[in-house]
Amino acid sequence: MAELTNDQSRRIHPYKFTLWVAMGSITMMFAGLTSAYIVKRNQANWAMLELPVIFWYSTAAILLSSVMLYLGVKAFKERRLSRYRTLISLTTLLGTLFLILQVIGFYQFGKQDIKLVGAGSNPSYSFLLAIASLHGLHVLGGVIALLVLFGKALSTKYRNYSSIPIEVAATYWHFVGLLWVYLILFFNWMR
Amino acid sequence: MSTEILHGHAEVVSEAHGEHHEGHHHEESFISKYVFSMDHKMIARQFLITGIIWAIIGGLFSVLFRLQLGYPDMSLPFLEDIFGRWAQGGRITPEFYYALVTMHGTILVFFVLTAGLSGTFANLLIPLQVGARDMASPFLNMLSYWFFFLASVIMFASLFIQTGPAAGGWTIYPPLSALGQASDGSKLGMDFWLISMAMFIVSSLLGGLNYITTILNMRTRGMSMTRLPLTIWAIFFTAVLGVLSFPVLLSGAILLLFDRNLGTSFYLSDIVVKGEILPNEGGSAILFQHLFWFLGHPEVYIILLPAMGMVSEVLSVNSRKPIFGYLAMVGSLFAIAILAFLVWAHHMFVTGLNPFLGAFFVLLTLLIAIPSAIKVFNWLTTLWRGNIRFTPAMLFAIGFVSLFISGGLTGIFLGNSTLDIHLHDTYFVVAHFHIVMGVASFFGMFAGVYHWFPKLYSRYLNNTMAYIHFWITLAGAYLIFWPMHYEGLAGMPRRYVDYSSWESFKMFADLNRFISTVAMIVFAAQLMFVFNFFYSIFKGRRLRTENPWGSNTLEWTTPIHPGHGNWPGEIPEVHRWPYDYGKDGREFIPQTEPIGKDESAHH
Repeated sequence: MAELTNDQSRRIHPYKFTLWVAMGSITMMFAGLTSAYIVKRNQANWAMLELPVIFWYSTAAILLSSVMLYLGVKAFKERRLSRYRTLISLTTLLGTLFLILQVIGFYQFGKQDIKLVGAGSNPSYSFLLAIASLHGLHVLGGVIALLVLFGKALSTKYRNYSSIPIEVAATYWHFVGLLWVYLILFFNWMR
Repeated sequence: MSTEILHGHAEVVSEAHGEHHEGHHHEESFISKYVFSMDHKMIARQFLITGIIWAIIGGLFSVLFRLQLGYPDMSLPFLEDIFGRWAQGGRITPEFYYALVTMHGTILVFFVLTAGLSGTFANLLIPLQVGARDMASPFLNMLSYWFFFLASVIMFASLFIQTGPAAGGWTIYPPLSALGQASDGSKLGMDFWLISMAMFIVSSLLGGLNYITTILNMRTRGMSMTRLPLTIWAIFFTAVLGVLSFPVLLSGAILLLFDRNLGTSFYLSDIVVKGEILPNEGGSAILFQHLFWFLGHPEVYIILLPAMGMVSEVLSVNSRKPIFGYLAMVGSLFAIAILAFLVWAHHMFVTGLNPFLGAFFVLLTLLIAIPSAIKVFNWLTTLWRGNIRFTPAMLFAIGFVSLFISGGLTGIFLGNSTLDIHLHDTYFVVAHFHIVMGVASFFGMFAGVYHWFPKLYSRYLNNTMAYIHFWITLAGAYLIFWPMHYEGLAGMPRRYVDYSSWESFKMFADLNRFISTVAMIVFAAQLMFVFNFFYSIFKGRRLRTENPWGSNTLEWTTPIHPGHGNWPGEIPEVHRWPYDYGKDGREFIPQTEPIGKDESAHH
């Protein structure tokens, strides 16, 4: 329906632009949460965070998945579709691994008798849970988008050579990866 | 010209585009045309009608609690028939009163003046005025409405819960809102409130993303940013405010959900409820207020800016004069949008905020007076020596300016922390924000509805009812809220259910009764508007010309019944700014007309 004039084709694609605005919006949410964390941290009764080492493994997983997706987009643009399929499924697996590692990390607190919620819990750990699980939901959204793209790549009925959907998904995926890097550095510096 | 528009026998039938009608005609099912529509014009109608239904409910609630305030010793058995134990003995119980006030605020601030106002006019006007077939993503746009619908269903359902809807005030401050055992209104109703608002925020974000992208990316050829109508500029800044501030409210609400349901202590510390000592330690209730007002203050401008934009457009069109100081108008919108993020703590002067910190917020708050004054000055100079046509839309636009001045001036009182400490919990605040944000934005919305109704439904609203509606509403708004300033200055606190047993405020009994009476009359006038609205959709006078108001903007170049895609042929190209009224001896020059050879320079 939308007629792209010459004038418009030189501009950034509307979907990509929408994503950038959305990422600004998500950034505001996490900026709000981490500011709340800083405010709370400067008040009485704050327990210092001790992060289990598993969170660093999950960080490695999501960073690696970003590399895979970067190569995958490149493969897609070079029309090397089987390579693209492999890379995008690796990305999805690594993303899922990230989520699993995060959940295991939170179970480890239980073993150390650190309460995240309920009576006797300290806001510092509750913050960690709330912020990390919100981030996890955003990663889950990315995994679902990747699965949809993966399904499309397998389909033999439709061949789609537009790189817009995969580029949009990739930008989002790098964004949630970077967001996690910010968060884990934040939790380490602002304990 | 003006008499034709006002009394309507304009028979200038334009057939120019009639023959192209078939161009975009394709069979659509009822579901895809009226329910899950992706046409921005249909989504605008959906937002508007949902907003109207909410406005009736929210307004009715205010009538109910005004009944209680005006007639504290009444006994109206019919109230007990309807509301049961909420109105035992025909009197509104304190719990019910607080629930009514809470829902009145929530409904009108979010569901009517955010979704109903922005949702309607951003959807209708952005593609039509920037020259686009539809939004950047029609699908996200449809989702935006249906998330709003879902939020509406959940909020509506919460009215029928046994323990009642949320009743902690529309600001839902913890600890009250976090502890179900503290009051009935903090039980299930509060969970519904939070979930509904989460859906609402998703809806606002999806809408806002689309508005920003469409304005920046989908403008037609020649439509540079400085050729945009001020409506679009205002909606643009509104969307930016929403996209940046609603996520912060969402994070505050999520932490509150944690506190309510998972026993965390983000906002709770050292609390005793009904003799029971709660285990929560280390939380801070003030933290919620920071998160809430970081949205809450921009929210005021989310409500007000679209009204300002539409008023600017309507004033210029009906004064038959260019808007005065176009760039100053854009600049002041920008300044207001920036300042909106820097003043939130002026809602918190009485929370024990450090007075030295408060001084900064006082300064920044008072700075808002500058862009506001620029806007008022430009509206008045636009009217000055204009060839004014008093259409209903124009009357409401002028009414908006009047209310914005009256309500804005009291903002200078409240922005000073020293005065605010005295006035904060009194009726002075109620009067201030109802005039400047509530009624003024409603006037902007009415101006928009009367002005663009012909584009929405290809018919006119009834003028006689419109004039009655305007005068009752304008007089009523001042009669209701003006006396409240005096009550507030006398120290009468807000949020109380009954003042009759209070020696200091007994003298206001008659005044309160007067306010309540006027409120009921004004509510009846709004019902008449609703009747006019729905009657005119089906039976109103038909639109027979494409450009009924002699306006320059692109939406009036579409056919009388625009299809999905808006223009039957190519999208028109734009050659000039939208405010060439009364130029070179011509009454108006549409944006689509190329600059003439011997045309005088741009204003």
